[in-house]
Amino acid sequence: MTEHSSELSTPGAGAAPVAARPAGSEVTLPERFENPGLAPHRDRVADRDPAAARGAARRIALLFGVSMLGSIGFVVAYVAAPSDGTVTGVRNSTLYLGIALFLAMFGIGAAAVQWARTLMSDREIVEARHPQRTSDADRAAAIEVLRQGAADSAIGRRGVLKGALLSALALAPLTVAVPLVGEVGGTWNVNAFRHTLWKKGTRLTLDPSGRPIKAEDVVEGSIVHVIPDKLRDSEHWIEEKAKAVVLMTRIDPAVLKEAPDRAGWSYEGIVAYSKICTHVGCPVALYEAQTHHLLCPCHQSTFDIADGAKVVFGPANRALPQLPITVDDEGYLVAQSDFTEPIGPSYWERLK
Amino acid sequence: MKAIADRRHHRLAPVLLLLLALLVTGAVYAALSPSATSAEAPSESDIEAGAELFRTNCATCHGTEAEGRDSIPSLIGVGAAAVDFQVSTGRMPMQATNPQALAKPPQFDDEQIAQLAAYVASLAPGPAIPSESQVDPALGDPSNGMSLFRTNCAMCHGAVGKGGALTDGKFAPSLDQTTPTQIYEAMITGPSNMPVFNDANLTPEEKRDVIAFLAEQKQGSPGGTDLGGVGPVSEGLWVWVVGMGLLIGCAVWIGAKAS
Repeated sequence: MTEHSSELSTPGAGAAPVAARPAGSEVTLPERFENPGLAPHRDRVADRDPAAARGAARRIALLFGVSMLGSIGFVVAYVAAPSDGTVTGVRNSTLYLGIALFLAMFGIGAAAVQWARTLMSDREIVEARHPQRTSDADRAAAIEVLRQGAADSAIGRRGVLKGALLSALALAPLTVAVPLVGEVGGTWNVNAFRHTLWKKGTRLTLDPSGRPIKAEDVVEGSIVHVIPDKLRDSEHWIEEKAKAVVLMTRIDPAVLKEAPDRAGWSYEGIVAYSKICTHVGCPVALYEAQTHHLLCPCHQSTFDIADGAKVVFGPANRALPQLPITVDDEGYLVAQSDFTEPIGPSYWERLK
Repeated sequence: MKAIADRRHHRLAPVLLLLLALLVTGAVYAALSPSATSAEAPSESDIEAGAELFRTNCATCHGTEAEGRDSIPSLIGVGAAAVDFQVSTGRMPMQATNPQALAKPPQFDDEQIAQLAAYVASLAPGPAIPSESQVDPALGDPSNGMSLFRTNCAMCHGAVGKGGALTDGKFAPSLDQTTPTQIYEAMITGPSNMPVFNDANLTPEEKRDVIAFLAEQKQGSPGGTDLGGVGPVSEGLWVWVVGMGLLIGCAVWIGAKAS
């Protein structure tokens, strides 16, 4: 291998070996490389031996036969083992149909490939490449036609027409671009991320049943998945739910750490935080009752629910926004207000 | 006898011996392992027997009065449900200090578990073992159960209850082998790091719906093999190794010259 490369290397490709060689030893490169031509053709077994060729043909026919069996088997399975609606029935029907379909299709493909490999001619063929450049006369003629057209339209003199043409061409793509871009995000109202359905006095209710929650029903070590009351009455309620979902639990007041500016935000140790991860917005909901850690399943960001939902691990950069809560006259938990900061991942205008 | 002695160096002899040993062990275990007994309302003698079992098997860690210490929980007020769950799944008595107690074959028979539960329940009121009808999957609504499971359970236990990883070696176990009673007890007691789902959060009917949904999963996946049902890791491994391996194999076969 190394001997070959030193003999045949081109100046560019041979740079490294030359550098590695001791100074003084000359390498003579030929002016022009000879076309090495094709390697000698090697006949296959089936080319030399008619019996082997017949054997190869039989094997190819067998592969086509496998395909035929598969096709017939597919029809048989379709009739004999229909999907009856039970889990087992669907699974078996899918399995039989799938195996039969695989045999039917793969049999044809494998037979065709095997046919081409063993029986069809594999003689190497050389086809020379032709120049692709148009002749100089044709090029000059084409340019002359263009020049005549430009002169005929008098685009250089008629300024109004020139401006109108360019304006029309510039405006036309808007018919495609405006709907395309406009419908990408549904809405371009950035403030939509700033507000959720939570308002002063909105009851906290269970997801998905919508039952309101009494404060005494939230026990230590539990986790309650919360949606705002009357969520389904709102237009686009799924989008609203995606922003408003909240996780709630009760923490032993001896363990609970609260920032002074959030002193009134919890109720007798019950804290409520946004369920939307501040990293890229996955629902962060794997709660470990003993460690008070809330884990995001997407990128393992971990938040300490006993300490303001601060990030203790992972790529998230901010604590989960806290929902200030209290109870109403009937003892049900209600929100004091909306979240005081935008929920979910960061975006450019977030702090404006 | 001589025929056997002649063949003892046969290369299949160890395999045969191993199979025999496994068979004998299995048979002995089946013969000696306790059979199920019907549960009855706890009597005074049950509580006394439970107290005795507790002193010999549990008091070393949980304390003679079940008061707990340091990192070991007090069992006063945990109720019969917690005892039944922990002991019937084999998590207690704990074998070793792991990130969390691991399920293993139960160390007590049903009667002993009932006695232990009766004793712990007698210390202070707590969640009771659910009745047969409370956990009967046939009475639940699997469709509502799916929606509840998706909201409350799936983030840890996976979409079809096959379990998943948590932090520091902890994990949410697969619910394949968990009985309906144990599922119910886990929800009301919150074993280890699992949160509690009390009856205000998930009503008894809703708990039964969840159990019905999980019972449906025992029929398996309608799409064939579920590759463990644990999500993108096993599915991705399958596609990258088996799927792409087959494609590369086909490409090599098509490109190779026939002999």
